[in-house]
Amino acid sequence: MIEVRDLHKSFGDLEVLRGIDLEVGAGEVVCVIGPSGSGKSTLLRCVNLLEQPTSGTVVVDGVELTDPECDIDAVRRRIGMVFQQFNLFPHLSVLANVTVAQRKVLRRSAAEAEKTARANLERVGLADKVDAYPAQLSGGQQQRVAIARALAMGPAVMLFDEPTSALDPELVGDVLAVMRSLAVEGMTMMVVTHEMSFAREVADRVVFMDGGVIVEEGPAAEVIGAPVNERTRTFLSRVLDPAAAQVGEVEDV
Amino acid sequence: MATAQEAAPRLTRRRRRQLVLGGEYAIFVVVVVALVASADWGQIHTNFANWSIAKQLFPDVITVGLRNTLIYTITGFVLGLAAGLVLALMRLSSAAPYRWFALVYIEVFRGLPALLIFVFVGTGVPLAFPGTNLPGGVYGQAALALGLVSAAYMAETIRAGIEAVPRGQMEAARTLGMSHGRAMRTIVVPQALRIVIPPLTNELVLLFKDSSLALFLGLTLTERELSKYANDVASQQGNSTPIIVAAICYLIVTIPLSYLARRLEARQKKGQR
Repeated sequence: MIEVRDLHKSFGDLEVLRGIDLEVGAGEVVCVIGPSGSGKSTLLRCVNLLEQPTSGTVVVDGVELTDPECDIDAVRRRIGMVFQQFNLFPHLSVLANVTVAQRKVLRRSAAEAEKTARANLERVGLADKVDAYPAQLSGGQQQRVAIARALAMGPAVMLFDEPTSALDPELVGDVLAVMRSLAVEGMTMMVVTHEMSFAREVADRVVFMDGGVIVEEGPAAEVIGAPVNERTRTFLSRVLDPAAAQVGEVEDV
Repeated sequence: MATAQEAAPRLTRRRRRQLVLGGEYAIFVVVVVALVASADWGQIHTNFANWSIAKQLFPDVITVGLRNTLIYTITGFVLGLAAGLVLALMRLSSAAPYRWFALVYIEVFRGLPALLIFVFVGTGVPLAFPGTNLPGGVYGQAALALGLVSAAYMAETIRAGIEAVPRGQMEAARTLGMSHGRAMRTIVVPQALRIVIPPLTNELVLLFKDSSLALFLGLTLTERELSKYANDVASQQGNSTPIIVAAICYLIVTIPLSYLARRLEARQKKGQR
């Protein structure tokens, strides 16, 4: 479903991605973990070309996005994305947030768009918030509306860029529950996250990135439960039990 | 301790403040009294607040003067807003010639006195484009002149508004499959316009005052706006009361508008989260 080949991305002199090869199969859930600055968000943003890769190819759902002839707007309709900062449209109601792209991009009728919107808001447990405005919702509710907005387009793939990192701890659970149910329904998902318990339970595969390359990847239980690479081990021990970390045990942190 | 107290100047801080404040009040009172005493109140009354002359001004000061002022202002504002939006988008365009044109336009029209623009529209445009008659005659000319001037200012305001919309908004819209233009129209510009409503209200106040420059277009009796009308009557009658009446007409509009702009601004600051 997603196929990334020899992907490089530089911002000026800074090489953020240094040759990434990654495949995500249909219905597969892949979690990308790693320290900040490891390039995992950039990788995700290259998958729908929010960042233009410096070199390499990205193929999603059989279409090569990196081909200059590719109609990027058409492909993006098939790729849902959820952001760390939600990025709901503050000037539109919840219903309008979920219908606007259906109307303007997919040319659905008002009635059809609303029906799809209500169904997807139901799916994320916010059917009663259709008339609210984003500012009236909690962070967790906003993020679930953002998920419904992406789902309403009927995507083949969903990308999640640290979807719970901006949330208060007690609101994280609702968002993860929605994502878990999506995974169960068979959605193809690529998730950049720091939620190790979610990765362990839900992901089919976990990818550990550091310094712009994939250091280790494999089934969730292996990468998180029994990491082979030294760097992965240090990272996981610090994330899973921050209080036990030793000052100076890792360089440049 | 005791020695320190004795060594200190007798002027305590509180005493010093009282003296300074008292001095300021005294100066104020002296100036006001001097002005009031030196003014000729009889002359002021007959010249500036002459009730019988003021009464003659109605209803023309409203039905001709204020009405035309409003027409010139509003048509100029609408034209300027439309052109300003286009210039702002050109300024942010990825096509370099658009950016240059917008930049040159903005710098030129912000750098010129509005009076010059009016003279240019009144005499230059008919010469440069012979045979072209602006729709509405003077009304069209006034709208064009005010539009040309205000477009430059509004373009910069709107550009700042567009840049104030978080980048994530454009990204979210693009992710949903919208083209750049579609995302601009549906998501970014509507938010930008909300942001710039207070500064645009201030721009409206400025335009309302600048509409008085329409007199340089050569106005017929029925085309006169507030300032020209008041000035004409004042010189006819040899009395300045019409000027005062016109001034009050301006303030009746500008003060509530400025107040509204401040309120909107305050509400926006509070609404940010």
